[in-house]
Amino acid sequence: MERLLLSGNEAIALGAAHAGLRVAAAYPGTPSTEILEAIARFPDVYTEWSSNEAVAVEVALGASYTGVRALASMKHVGLNVAADAFMAAATTGVRGGLVIVSADDPGIHSSQNEQDTRNYARLGKVPCLEPSDSQEAYDFSRAAFQLSEDFDTPVLLRPTTRVCHSKSVVTTAEGLTLDRKPEFRHEPGKLVMLPGAARGRVPKINERLSKLTGYAETSSLNQVIEGSPKLGIITSGISYQYAREVFPGASFLKLGLTYPLPPNLVREFARRVDTLLVIEELDGFIELHLKALGITVTGKEIFPRSGEFSPDVIREAAAKAGFIEGSSTKCLPIGGLAKRPPLLCPGCPHSGVFFTLSSLGHRSALPGKNPRPPKLTICGDIGCYTLGAFAPLSALDTCGCMGAGISQAAGMAKAGLDEKPIAVIGDSTFMHSGINGLLNAVYNQARICVLILDNGTTAMTGHQGHPGSGVSSAGQPAARVVIEDLVRGAGVKNPAVVDAFDLKAVRTALRQAMTSSELEVVIVRGDCPTLTRKRGTPMQHDIHKCDDCGACLLIGCSAIKRNADGDITIDSGVCVGEYCTLCEQVCPKGAISSGIEVTP
Amino acid sequence: MTGQNIVIVGVGGQGVVLASNLLAEAALASGCDVKKTDTLGMAQRGGSVVSHLRYGRSVASPLIPEGGADILIAFEKLEAARWAHFIKPDGTVIVNDLALPPLSVTLGADTYPSDTEIAAMIRRYTPGLNVVNGTATAEGLGNAKMVNTVLLGYAARFIDIDSRLLLSTIEAALPVKLRKANVSAFEAGQKLSPLTV
Ligand code: SF4
Ligand code: SF4
Repeated sequence: MERLLLSGNEAIALGAAHAGLRVAAAYPGTPSTEILEAIARFPDVYTEWSSNEAVAVEVALGASYTGVRALASMKHVGLNVAADAFMAAATTGVRGGLVIVSADDPGIHSSQNEQDTRNYARLGKVPCLEPSDSQEAYDFSRAAFQLSEDFDTPVLLRPTTRVCHSKSVVTTAEGLTLDRKPEFRHEPGKLVMLPGAARGRVPKINERLSKLTGYAETSSLNQVIEGSPKLGIITSGISYQYAREVFPGASFLKLGLTYPLPPNLVREFARRVDTLLVIEELDGFIELHLKALGITVTGKEIFPRSGEFSPDVIREAAAKAGFIEGSSTKCLPIGGLAKRPPLLCPGCPHSGVFFTLSSLGHRSALPGKNPRPPKLTICGDIGCYTLGAFAPLSALDTCGCMGAGISQAAGMAKAGLDEKPIAVIGDSTFMHSGINGLLNAVYNQARICVLILDNGTTAMTGHQGHPGSGVSSAGQPAARVVIEDLVRGAGVKNPAVVDAFDLKAVRTALRQAMTSSELEVVIVRGDCPTLTRKRGTPMQHDIHKCDDCGACLLIGCSAIKRNADGDITIDSGVCVGEYCTLCEQVCPKGAISSGIEVTP
Repeated sequence: MTGQNIVIVGVGGQGVVLASNLLAEAALASGCDVKKTDTLGMAQRGGSVVSHLRYGRSVASPLIPEGGADILIAFEKLEAARWAHFIKPDGTVIVNDLALPPLSVTLGADTYPSDTEIAAMIRRYTPGLNVVNGTATAEGLGNAKMVNTVLLGYAARFIDIDSRLLLSTIEAALPVKLRKANVSAFEAGQKLSPLTV
């Protein structure tokens, strides 16, 4: 028994490993990424970065069919990608325990939408567990495997960003050693879902749900914490921690298992308290179930239906509705301060191509000049390069979901847009689902330009490998799919490959691609500097040659600044020098160069 | 020990998360219940970073309520102003004397407040303002990256964890070759006196 300070993600990983996990698959996505990274440190568990979330669930399900314990992890939007595979697993059930972790992001810290994973639990009629701190992340992760095997079902584990990325104390228990030899048993009635067999599974699934409901009535995953009978609170996940801080004297029914709900337990709890509140982030999921049972509760009419909760959010909402005294000492933040949005890193290989798109498309104007109406239609995608949407680059017009950019551009072309639309996609996203869009665009002869920004990694989430990176989840060398070969195989005639740091070459390739009458693919290749960590001699700036035109500022490189006197300077602590040179290429006055003598 | 709420803020890449991890480990080693959480915005590429750390007998929420922090440590001045509303009326604010203007300021679309403006903004919440020469001190010791340890050294006088435990936790977390320099940085921080603003 150890006492450790772990993040929720590390705790989920350790809990799974201590439950005898054998196979884990994931696609990286904040806030879930660190789960697989932490599992990859256990040498006895096979881990992989799958090319997308559907693949991850299928890999884990296949492993489960051989009787071993398996896990797939992803973020909430990843479960949409994996929805088909998830429903398949929910239908056949499992052999070895199967846990699917889907991490929600209330408040949209780093996602394209906000959605409540618990709705998938109801859709698939599978249990959903919600940990509220790292200890529970560890305990529930372990318990989920047993639950999965006991009830022949995949189990959804739903942490949220605040649980995934908070650290709290975990007391560990003895790890299990399961001596299971993987073997497959022929059982078409369970595993081959032809209509006849699938029909046979339906009553089994419904039976499973009612058995689970019975289990929920007495399970230790759900806890009553006795307090004053005046106020009762039903809550789950991190909301429990906030609620007990705001209402220290209340009685709590803390649901660790939020689907299916235990009707008798909640009825009995409701009967014992004068007023009943439901406090849950995102949808009124528990609330709806309680109301369906005919229980009178107050929930989403006073607490927000969207965004992340905090003690402050709960206190304010409860005060407004008269449940507690309003706090008069509200601490308002200072307004009007300059924002600090994230930027592409210094030396980022995407800066040059976005700078070029931005200048070809009139996206930004030099300081003091009026912007012209923007040209070009640029469909973006999900990854680091989505940051190209921020000023000064302002180089993206759409961003929907993983892999959508190419198909959106094709749709625009097919709709009859005059100009040739441009799609911008990173290498990892291309492998994830961009390839599907490309296959479709080639087949249907969509006149678009596809720019694949290949920085050799999944940079946004912290440099995970993918089929084009040549690195496995454990950091070992792996087989590498060459993007230009893949693209050629998909039927693209002459994909261009250009050096991301050669602005002239990038501009020429873009112009060519934009004017041709066919579908064109340009692969813009350059290493991610935060992965390679290569640092050259920093650029130097000569204030005597500089006429302060501001062109270099339009790259959006955070190493280029103005000092207190208003002069351009280059931060030698962060510039990567000769591995980049974009500012040197952009400056019309030759005021930026490497290794010049700077006139004092 | 009654426990404390500590907010640490700065800009992505400055080592904010590392500093709060080190404090959290020290709090764990001193036998406390500990919770901490970091908000990095979209990844952490030069964006604003906030870390909440709470320790004591028993901690529920990892998030500190607004107006609930005993100590606010800011690695950058604008970020100090941005998160000042978290400090208690009798809390302590420690600000590293460093300005990192966001790109919007460089491009002329926004302005960066002056030192006196920032001081006034913070004093709206608490009189306990300490501006210290953290980056300059770390540079003087040969490595600007040690600003982390310098600031923790200075903050040690306000933190109710034994400073020796704090220092030994920092040492244990570092690779051997960085230990000596960081011990000096911590001690230099302990000796710093605040600037007048
Ligand atoms: S060479 Fe120029 S653009 Fe590239 S990292 Fe250095 S300052 Fe930034
Ligand atoms: S360094 Fe060159 S590009 Fe930058 S402002 Fe001066 S003249 Fe213009």
